[in-house]
Amino acid sequence: MTRKQRRLVLIGGALGVLAIAAALVLSALRDSIVFFSTPSMVAEKNIQPGQRFRLGGLVQSGSVKRGEKLQVTFVVTDGNRDLPVAFTGILPDLFREGQGVVSEGTLDTAGIFRADTVLAKHDETYMPKEVADALKKQGHWKTEAISSAPATDGAQTVDSKVQ
Amino acid sequence: MIAEAGHYALVLALTLALVQASVPLLGVRIGDSALMRVSGATAVAQFGFSLLAFGALTTAYVVSDFSVANVFENSHSLKPLVYKITGVWGNHEGSMLLWVLILALFSALVAIFGTNLPLTLQSLVLAVQGWVAAAFYLFILLTSNPFLRLADPPMEGRDLNPVLQDVGLAIHPPMLYLGYVGFSISFSFAIAALIEGRIDSAWARWVRPWTLLAWIFLTLGIAMGSYWAYYELGWGGWWFWDPVENASLMPWLAGTALLHSAVVMEKRNALKVWTVLLAILTFSLSLLGTFLVRSGVLTSVHAFATDPARGVFILVILCAFIGGGLSLYAWRASSLTQGGLFAPISREGALVLNNLFLTTACATVLVGTLYPLALETLTGDKISVGAPFFNLTFGPLFVPLLIAVPFGPLLAWKRGDLVAAAQRLLAAGVVALFVLALVLAWTKGGAVLAPLAIALAVFVIVGALTDLAEKIGLFRLKMPLSAARAVGLPRSTWGTAFAHAGLGVALLGIVCETTWNSERIVSMKPGDIVTVGGYEAKLVGLTQRQGPNYRERVARFSILSDGRIVGELSPSKRSFSARRSATTEAALLTRGVSQVYISLGEESQDGSIDARLYYKPLVLLIWLGAVLMAFGGILSLSDRRLRVGVPKPARGMRPMQPAE
Repeated sequence: MTRKQRRLVLIGGALGVLAIAAALVLSALRDSIVFFSTPSMVAEKNIQPGQRFRLGGLVQSGSVKRGEKLQVTFVVTDGNRDLPVAFTGILPDLFREGQGVVSEGTLDTAGIFRADTVLAKHDETYMPKEVADALKKQGHWKTEAISSAPATDGAQTVDSKVQ
Repeated sequence: MIAEAGHYALVLALTLALVQASVPLLGVRIGDSALMRVSGATAVAQFGFSLLAFGALTTAYVVSDFSVANVFENSHSLKPLVYKITGVWGNHEGSMLLWVLILALFSALVAIFGTNLPLTLQSLVLAVQGWVAAAFYLFILLTSNPFLRLADPPMEGRDLNPVLQDVGLAIHPPMLYLGYVGFSISFSFAIAALIEGRIDSAWARWVRPWTLLAWIFLTLGIAMGSYWAYYELGWGGWWFWDPVENASLMPWLAGTALLHSAVVMEKRNALKVWTVLLAILTFSLSLLGTFLVRSGVLTSVHAFATDPARGVFILVILCAFIGGGLSLYAWRASSLTQGGLFAPISREGALVLNNLFLTTACATVLVGTLYPLALETLTGDKISVGAPFFNLTFGPLFVPLLIAVPFGPLLAWKRGDLVAAAQRLLAAGVVALFVLALVLAWTKGGAVLAPLAIALAVFVIVGALTDLAEKIGLFRLKMPLSAARAVGLPRSTWGTAFAHAGLGVALLGIVCETTWNSERIVSMKPGDIVTVGGYEAKLVGLTQRQGPNYRERVARFSILSDGRIVGELSPSKRSFSARRSATTEAALLTRGVSQVYISLGEESQDGSIDARLYYKPLVLLIWLGAVLMAFGGILSLSDRRLRVGVPKPARGMRPMQPAE
């Protein structure tokens, strides 16, 4: 083979692999991304039961109720709207009433959010970014209580934990 | 006083870095070797001063000097000494200080051990290191000074985040940083080569040990982080495809590609332009990782509170170095000469294939990691890209790569014979098929994908051993002769075999753990028995215990197998008063390479406690595989031909061995 042919083989192969990768990425992006919503956005967007999404907001004080066999229900609020959440399993250590939470799951026909994951956060002063942004938008951001946290509490490193 | 000394040392280190960044450049420009030699001395001195700064901060932590804001926020006088020390880098400011310390360390190593480098190359490399160091010293001094004092010092500190009070913090970040920052050397070498406009196989021989060293640390660092997450977070997962994890995986993938392409360059003087690009990209991805982690622009399960202002500063550093590096590349790459020819089916061809798949896989991870950010900027929609995306893209791209792995070392340079290589791998293929049949029969019509993946893992492992067996003539020659050949085999050949086998071992662990792990989440009272994966776990009782800076609720479990007690597990929940927070301490029982894993949840009023019980078959193979890979790297690094500072032996002295 000449230099030119070899180069063609090389470039052809590279383009082939890239095309396959691009196809994989596009098909996976269509099927496996999950949108983030707050209770208000759920009401506005009229999300259908069965569609997976991430729900973020604050755990309403006094709303956490534990049932039989590890069943837990609580209410997620963004100040304007509330959404009841049902979860079966063990909640993360830093799950607290009045704190930010992100959970993933689907709405059932009764309008209850069936979460299969409740996300754990490593830092008690940490507010999930989406939740913070959404709360700011809704005007429920407690400026002095939360936004000063990063400054005074020293940013906890991430890489000092799991990379 | 000590904090001010540290601050001052840091400023001096910045000054030295600026000298190191500029004077040697001038020396190269006007051809003055005295000016070029300045680089070595300043690099060593700069390391000395950053070590002083780091030592000062460590001292402040050890003596619990709460007048230093950073110590107050992250330490507590009752904390055990080891966590006082590790707490130094368990926060943003301190960890950035560790970052530059390691950068300075690598520069000093190049200055000390790089004496056999051509002077211009060495001084250019150190100058580029100087630029990187100066940027990060500025970053620390301007946005994240760890030495700031508090006006009225409090009596007690706010303690380190409890999740970080673990030996994992002592090992994982330093390892990871040694890897991340180690790639700066390859970057500096690439930039130096572009400035000089000259690159040859000698260049690759100098770059490879440094890349290998960084790669070994990064491999171990990622594995350690994964194991830490596995036992500390209490949900039994070891990889979450989380942005922060991806941030460390991307440089690893690119670095692995770089290692392999540098081999081609060293041996065959080909792929020069590509290797230089990979060197730039690998360190760029390390910088990107630092940015993603530090700025908090992406939501991550591992994310802590972060400060956007710092993110912008790192973004500027990121753009300057990546943009600068790539522009220089675009401008100068054409001046590098073309390398040797090779056929598509050859060792070079196999290594190109490896590079192609590794970089493509790396690109899909990059897309998955940055897509949410791009979409939010463009449309305002907030999304998350989770594990399914990566499993669907990364997985299929890795399968052809894994199939190709055993073939590579069996192909000859320049022109290989695929049929001959396939014949030699026949045994490995037969073993793999046998294992496939065995697993299929054992699982009786379960998932087909898992047995196939196991067969692939076996193929990779046996294939790696086949290469060794071929080279030492095992079964073909008499035993003593084979043994003599095995001793004479270059260490890098052993390294290759170990690293490739490690890949297979890790895959085996990953597949078995994900397919057959069993999980029980239950509410238990003392005396209750729960069965998980063939083991019975009996809750014996609950007790309370007082630690140095926490109180913990401990549950004692007896683990029974066939009615016999095989072990005791005491998972606990700790509550830390200083931060009013809690951690779950999982307990693990290792049986062979499998583990029983228990972590606790909430305790109810009626005296029952929630618990998660897992049986994780062959889970330890995941990390054992990574350790094998790193061990292969160490073997390869100890190879005479690569040893740092050893002049290359005369051609005639080389043993008559097939290269690699």
